[in-house]
Amino acid sequence: MYLHEFQAKGLLRQYGVPVPDGGVASVASDALRVAKELKGDAWVLKVQVHAGGRGKAGGVKVVNAFSEVYDEATRMIGMKIVTKQTGPEGKIARRILVEKATDIQKEIYLSFLVDRDSEQCMIIASAEGGVEIEEVAKENPAAVVKENINPVTGMGLFLGRKIAKRIGLDSSLLNKFAEVANKLYQCFVDHDGMMLEINPLVVTGDGEILCLDAKMTVDENALYRHPKIAEMKDYGELEPQEVRASIFDLSYVSMEGNIGCMVNGAGLAMATMDIIKSFGGEPANFLDVGGGADVNKVREAFKIILTDPKVKVIFVNIFGGIVRCDLIAQGVLTASEEVPSDRHIVVRLDGTNVEEGRRILEEGAAKSGLNIVTGETMADAAKKAVQLAAGNIEQKEEKPSTKAADKGGAK
Amino acid sequence: MSILVNNRTKVVVQGLTGSQGKFHAQKMKDYGTNIVAGVVPGRGNTEVDGTPVFDTVEEAIRNTGANASIVYVPPAYAADAIMESVDANLDLCVCITEGIPVKDMIQVKRLMKTSSSRTMLIGPNCPGVITPGECKMGIMPGEIHSPGTVGIISKSGTLTYEAVKQVGAFGFGQSTCIGIGGDPIIGLKYIDLLEMFQFDAQTECVVLIGEIGGQAEVKAGEWIKQNFNKPVVSFIAGQTAPKGKRMGHAGAIVSGGDDTAAAKMKALEECGVYVVQSPDDIGKKVAEVLGK
Repeated sequence: MYLHEFQAKGLLRQYGVPVPDGGVASVASDALRVAKELKGDAWVLKVQVHAGGRGKAGGVKVVNAFSEVYDEATRMIGMKIVTKQTGPEGKIARRILVEKATDIQKEIYLSFLVDRDSEQCMIIASAEGGVEIEEVAKENPAAVVKENINPVTGMGLFLGRKIAKRIGLDSSLLNKFAEVANKLYQCFVDHDGMMLEINPLVVTGDGEILCLDAKMTVDENALYRHPKIAEMKDYGELEPQEVRASIFDLSYVSMEGNIGCMVNGAGLAMATMDIIKSFGGEPANFLDVGGGADVNKVREAFKIILTDPKVKVIFVNIFGGIVRCDLIAQGVLTASEEVPSDRHIVVRLDGTNVEEGRRILEEGAAKSGLNIVTGETMADAAKKAVQLAAGNIEQKEEKPSTKAADKGGAK
Repeated sequence: MSILVNNRTKVVVQGLTGSQGKFHAQKMKDYGTNIVAGVVPGRGNTEVDGTPVFDTVEEAIRNTGANASIVYVPPAYAADAIMESVDANLDLCVCITEGIPVKDMIQVKRLMKTSSSRTMLIGPNCPGVITPGECKMGIMPGEIHSPGTVGIISKSGTLTYEAVKQVGAFGFGQSTCIGIGGDPIIGLKYIDLLEMFQFDAQTECVVLIGEIGGQAEVKAGEWIKQNFNKPVVSFIAGQTAPKGKRMGHAGAIVSGGDDTAAAKMKALEECGVYVVQSPDDIGKKVAEVLGK
């Protein structure tokens, strides 16, 4: 789960990590109030969206006159932020963070993440802060310092000093840096962080260390032990379909295409999207109904796809293991009754209770006039879905029967 | 032969009294798995469908001679259940539970690395392991499997079933199929299992199914190139996955530039692995490689 910058900074403050003074505003007049309270003569306004690259997209602005705060805030609140990470549709900035501007002497990159290889947390640092770390790693890998953190002993000041030295910090800053790094790690690990990125961490004109930015993601699976973090989830950052999916604990990612997919299992769901694409189609979503799906969950999953206006054809690809095919069939039918649609549904069922599932679907389709097309294999079904989505409907044996049923059901 | 489990494996079910544990224990028994005990703290001296339940794994071993465990314990307690099995020095622990916090798995792996226990872990968040016709420790549909010469290693559950079905349609059975799970931190990894398949006379070909995120597939490819003398067929799921979006599995997220499906496929191909573009071609490629 992503945290907003202001949320992450709030957590860091609790750990005594130095962050700039500031406050959040969702209307321009609030921004003005925050700026006034902060005093000083320069402020930074930063849009709060779940995406990197805000600066380049016009989402970060230094304001040097109090009289300009209101105008800039008015411009920024509600603006659409389009960056590499948001995709072309962009994200609406509903809030801005107003902070006191900082006198920057040096910018450093610092992050913490879970390293799969060493099966421990890792700290990454570079003297080249303020730019994308991927770029630095590509062009000058020696400038990126990485160290594992022992999960039992924790980080230790020594490791902080070692890193500070390696990225070329002045001796006078070693202890300060080590302390801040340790506090950051503690905050990261206490909240089940998956990633915490401070880019940049700066040395100010008067030789202090300050975390100018903070990007943090936390482990969704650990939210049960962090109720306060769970409350921070910003549903406004999700698409309507994604909000509904998260309510029903479904794994859903919205995509650009027009073929809605309902699949069991993350790997098969990804493979389904891949095979659609290989036949020239475009998936509208990734949707994994999961292992323990019951009829309700399947119904909700199917409704999420049915209510997505960009979906032209629905592709159900199920290999029943724990999830039984008959249950999937029932879920599809109930959802279709609740959200009537004349869209084609291409179904491929295999595995546990497959015969029963197919029978339920056939009978249900005949009764309610659903446009159900069956596929024998994954490839066969995917091909049919792509053809239907492209409008190249081949009038094959399935069509006449469903069409006849269609009329009967409609009138 | 086969790897990890066979008809001599004696299984204890951790979390036997839960709905998942109960249901799948019965399915495993139906398949022929030798389920000897259940472990549920506080429920010792009871029975579930004729299987004795003990309070601790240690006690279950002492009374039944169990040498493997399967965990169906809820996520908040699952890491602790794995550690109990490691502490009890079982040969194998299979953890089915989905949704264990990564931090808990870091602790589990720390214990495994620093203790003298011999326990090997499969999972978590995985379908388990099956040696067709002998032992099913997991939640996979047993009936689609048949004994044979193809070993399967996969991060994904249902995609493994797909591979099993396809391989079967071409007349090939499986030696052992292992779902290693899609979490960032897991027990046995590709290379650990490839090493076992290398020395398993029954296995003639290995199917390796991967997905976006991490470097495990690439590392496996490099190891295969250096050490493995049997053909490997591979499919990587997530060719169409957008960057930065988590695709279901906690580990399936494209974060850096080189953990995309395309990069992994290229790397594996360069290591001499038969990489298929479409998930529908797994069975066909195995048949081709094994010359039928």
